[in-house]
Amino acid sequence: MNKQSTAGNRGPGIKSDCFVELELLPYGGIQIELKSKVKALYGESIERLANDILNVFGIKNARLSIEDTGALEIIIAARIEAAIKKIVETDLEYLFPVIEENKNATDKDQFRFSRLYLPGNSPKLMLNAGIHHPNGVILDLEDSVAPDKKFEARFIIRNALRSMNFYGAERMVRINQNKKGLDDLRYLVPHSVNLILIPKAEDADDILQVNQVIDILKKEKGINHQIWLMPIIESARGVINAYEIATSANNVASLAIGLEDYTADLGTIRTNEGNESFFARSMIVTAAKAAGIQPIDSVFSDVADMEALARNVQTSKGLGFEGMGCIHPRQIAVIHENFAPDPDEIEKAKKIVLAFKEAEAKGLGVVSLGSKMIDPPVVKRAQKTIELATKMGKLSSDWDNN
Amino acid sequence: MKKYDKLVKNAAGRMVPTIINGEEHVPFMGVGKYKPKGRKHAPYIASSIDYPDDGNKQVASLKEALIKAGLKDGMTISTHHHFRNGDLIANQIFDIAKELGVKDLRWYPSASFPCQERLIEYLEDGTINRIEGSMNGPLGKFASEGKMKGLAVLRSHGGRYQAIQDGEVQIDIAVIAAPSADPFGNANGVNGPASCGLLGFALGDSQYADRVIIVTDNIVPFPCIPWQIHGNYVDYVVKVDKVGLPEKIISGTTQITKSPDRLLIAEITAKFCEEAGLIYDGFSYQAGAGGTALSIGNYFGDILKKNDWKASFIRAGSNQYPVKLLEEGYVKYILDGQTFDMEGIRSMRENANHVNTSPFTSYNYHGKGNFASMVDVVVLGATEVDVNFNANVVTHSDGYMLHGIGGWQNCLFSKCTIIPIPLFRDRIPVIIDEVTTLCGPGEMIDVIVTERGIAINPLRKDLIEKTKHSNLPIKTIEELKAEAEAICGVPEKPRLDDEIIAAIKWVDGTVIDVVRKVPS
Repeated sequence: MNKQSTAGNRGPGIKSDCFVELELLPYGGIQIELKSKVKALYGESIERLANDILNVFGIKNARLSIEDTGALEIIIAARIEAAIKKIVETDLEYLFPVIEENKNATDKDQFRFSRLYLPGNSPKLMLNAGIHHPNGVILDLEDSVAPDKKFEARFIIRNALRSMNFYGAERMVRINQNKKGLDDLRYLVPHSVNLILIPKAEDADDILQVNQVIDILKKEKGINHQIWLMPIIESARGVINAYEIATSANNVASLAIGLEDYTADLGTIRTNEGNESFFARSMIVTAAKAAGIQPIDSVFSDVADMEALARNVQTSKGLGFEGMGCIHPRQIAVIHENFAPDPDEIEKAKKIVLAFKEAEAKGLGVVSLGSKMIDPPVVKRAQKTIELATKMGKLSSDWDNN
Repeated sequence: MKKYDKLVKNAAGRMVPTIINGEEHVPFMGVGKYKPKGRKHAPYIASSIDYPDDGNKQVASLKEALIKAGLKDGMTISTHHHFRNGDLIANQIFDIAKELGVKDLRWYPSASFPCQERLIEYLEDGTINRIEGSMNGPLGKFASEGKMKGLAVLRSHGGRYQAIQDGEVQIDIAVIAAPSADPFGNANGVNGPASCGLLGFALGDSQYADRVIIVTDNIVPFPCIPWQIHGNYVDYVVKVDKVGLPEKIISGTTQITKSPDRLLIAEITAKFCEEAGLIYDGFSYQAGAGGTALSIGNYFGDILKKNDWKASFIRAGSNQYPVKLLEEGYVKYILDGQTFDMEGIRSMRENANHVNTSPFTSYNYHGKGNFASMVDVVVLGATEVDVNFNANVVTHSDGYMLHGIGGWQNCLFSKCTIIPIPLFRDRIPVIIDEVTTLCGPGEMIDVIVTERGIAINPLRKDLIEKTKHSNLPIKTIEELKAEAEAICGVPEKPRLDDEIIAAIKWVDGTVIDVVRKVPS
C-alpha cells in the first residue's frame, strides 16, 4: 500500500484552517486537489505553495488534497509539512522569514499581568489574539491539544512564532510534560520564542533538564537572546519545592500556579472562594518573591462572569500575585484594570521617582524620601508602576513636567 | 427580448446598460445630480360602485383572489418581507400561477429569503421571468450563475418606493400578508399569531398597485386598529390558516455578539464616536440588527447613561436593546422600519413613542425630504470597501451576489456613516483596491472601523481634526489595506464573465453598477 497521512482540521465550525491528505505514489508526478472557499482569490497561490513545499522535501510523485477554509499560507504550509513528516524521514524544514515584529527579545521582569492561552492546533484563535493586547500569548502544546494532534500542532506553533503578528504580546509556549516537552523545544527555541512554560514542575531537575536542551539548541543554531522560563506548579510536591524551583536557574522569570491539577492532587474541589488553595497560593507568592521573580496566578474559568473575575483578580493582587492566565480575550481588560496600579500606588510611585530624579541631578548615590532611604529595587518598581500607569492611560506621559 | 442593451459608462466609471428588460433606464450621474421631471405615477381611479357597501371584501381563497385580480402572463406581482424567513405566502402565489399556466411574471418583493428557494423551479420553467428585489442566499446564487431569464434589478428600500411612485415599476397585483386584518382590508402587523410589528414595506404597494390583496390568518371585525394599511386601497381579503411562521419571523440576529473580535470592533466604534464628539444630548442614531451593530447600540446607551443624556430618536430595526433604552428614558422615540423580536413588537403595540415608519417617510429620495439625512450616526455593514471608501453590500469578493441592499444606500445620507468591519474574513481582505460591485459612493462613507485600526475619509477633515490627539488607532485606508495583505497575502483578481446578471440602482433610480456572472 502507498504511504498516506493527514493533518489539520475540517468539519462544521472550522474556519481559517485546512485539512490535508497526502499519499506518496510510485509514479505519476504531483497531483494537487484543492477545495477552498477562497479559491477565486488565492487558488493559484495555494497550489504554487503546495508544489514548492513538495519540491523542497524532494517529493516527486504524490497526491495531495487540500480542504481549505481560508487558512493563511503559514497554516497551509504547516499542515502540509506535518503530513509529509508523518511519513517521510527528513531533517529539512519549510520556514517562512521571521517578521520584524517577532524579532524582539523580552525582559525578565516585564509586566506579565495577562497571558492568553491559545490551543496550539487551532490557528483561527491565534490569528486575532494580539489585537486584544494581552501581555503575553501562550501557544499551548499541552492540555488543549489532543494527543494525536500534538505532532502537527508543533508546526503551527513554530510558524506562528516566526510569522504571526501578536502586536507586542510576549510569545510564550507551554510545552508538554516530561520527554515529549523536551522534544517540543526543537520547534520553539530556534524560532523566536520568548518564554517557555513548563507544566507540572516538581523540582529543580525539571527545570535543569529543559535548560540543558535549550542550551544545546541555542549553541547549535547560534541563538543569543535569553529564553525565559515560567514553571507551573500544579502538585503538592511542586508547592513544597517552590523555592527550589524558583531559584533553579537564572532564566526562571516567573512562577505560576495551576489550581485544577493542584486541587485534584489534594483530593479536594476547587471553589470560587479558594480556601483549599490558600496555602499553595501564598507559598508560590512567597517563594517567587524570595527568589526575586514574579508570582503568577491560575486562570479563572467562568468566562461569562466578569464581576467574579474582577473580585478574583483583586484577591489575587492582594495575595501578592503579579498576573494571571486568561482563557478568553474578554478577560484581558478586566485583569489589566484590576491589577493596574490604583491612584494611591501611582501617587507613591510619583514621589519616589521624583526623589530619584532629584538625587540623580544632585549626584547623590542615595535616594531618600523624607527621612526614609529608598532602595534601588523600590525605585525600579516605582518606575515600572509609572510606566505602566502611563501605558494604561492612568497617568499623562508628561506628569513630571508640571 | 434582450436582458440588457446599450451599455454606457456612468459617472462612477462603471459600464451599465441603458436598456434593461426592454425598458429605458438612466445611468448614474453622481450623487444629487439627477432630478426627474413630470408627475408621479397613479393607479386607476376606483369607484365605490364596484365594492360592497357592507365593506366585506373577503373571497374564499388566494387563488380566487388572484383570478379575480386578473392574473395573467407578464404581470408584476409584489410582496413584502416583514415575515423574513417565516414567509408562507410568496411561494403559494407562484404555485397558483404555475397551476393556472401563467408565464413570465416579474416578482417584485421588498426582499427574498432562503424560505423561497423553491421558486428556483418557477424561474427555470418560465413561470417567473425575473426577481427585482434583494436576494438573500440561494436565489442570489442562482441569479449569479446567470440562470435567471430576465435581468435582476436591485434597489434600496427607499429606491423601491421611489420606483413604484415614479412609475418605473408598475405593480399589477400586490399581495400583502398581514398578521391582522378586517374584512374591509384595514390591516396591521402588531396583533395576531404571526405578528411582525408593522407593514411599512407594503405601504407603497398598497397605494400604487392596480389590485391589492390582503392575506391574513387573523380576521378581526371592522375596524382593525391600528390600520397601518388602509382598506380603502384594498380589493380583496383572504383568510388562510397560517400566514407566517412566528419562530422564523423573529429571526435575524437579535443577540449581542459574543465574538471577542466583534465586541472589540464595537467598542472601538463607540469610543470613536465619543471622542469625535458625535454623541451629545439629543443625538440620533441608527444601528441595525447585526451582532456588532447591536453591541454598538449598547455602548451608545452606556455613553448616554454615563452623561445622563437622552437620544432624540433611534432609527431601527428594533429589538429588545433599543426598547430597553426607550423604556429607561434614555431615548425619546424609536422610529421603526421593521421589528426583529417580540420585545420590539410589544413595545410598538404598547408605546406611542415607538413609531412605525415606512420607506416613504424614512428613505424615499423623490419626496420632499426624508428622515435618513437627519440622523447623526449610522452604523452599516459591507462585504467590501475600497481605498476610495466606495462600498459593496451585495456581492462577495468571489463575485457571488448573496445579499440585498436594504436601507443601506438610503442610510448613507446621514451626517456620519460608519462601517465597522473586520479587516479580513477567513483570509478574505475586506479593504481592497476597487469594490467588486459599487453600491455606495465613497464620498458618502465617512469612517471605516476595523479591529486593527480606524480609517477616516479624507473629506471629513472635521473628524480627523477632532480625533488627532486621541489614543484611537487612526490609520489611512491604504495602511489598513496593506496590513490586511501582509497577513492574508495579495488576492488574485477573481475571473468573472462579461455577461451581466443584475443591475444595481442608486436611490434616485439611476443605474450605479451591474453584477456580472460567476463562471460555472
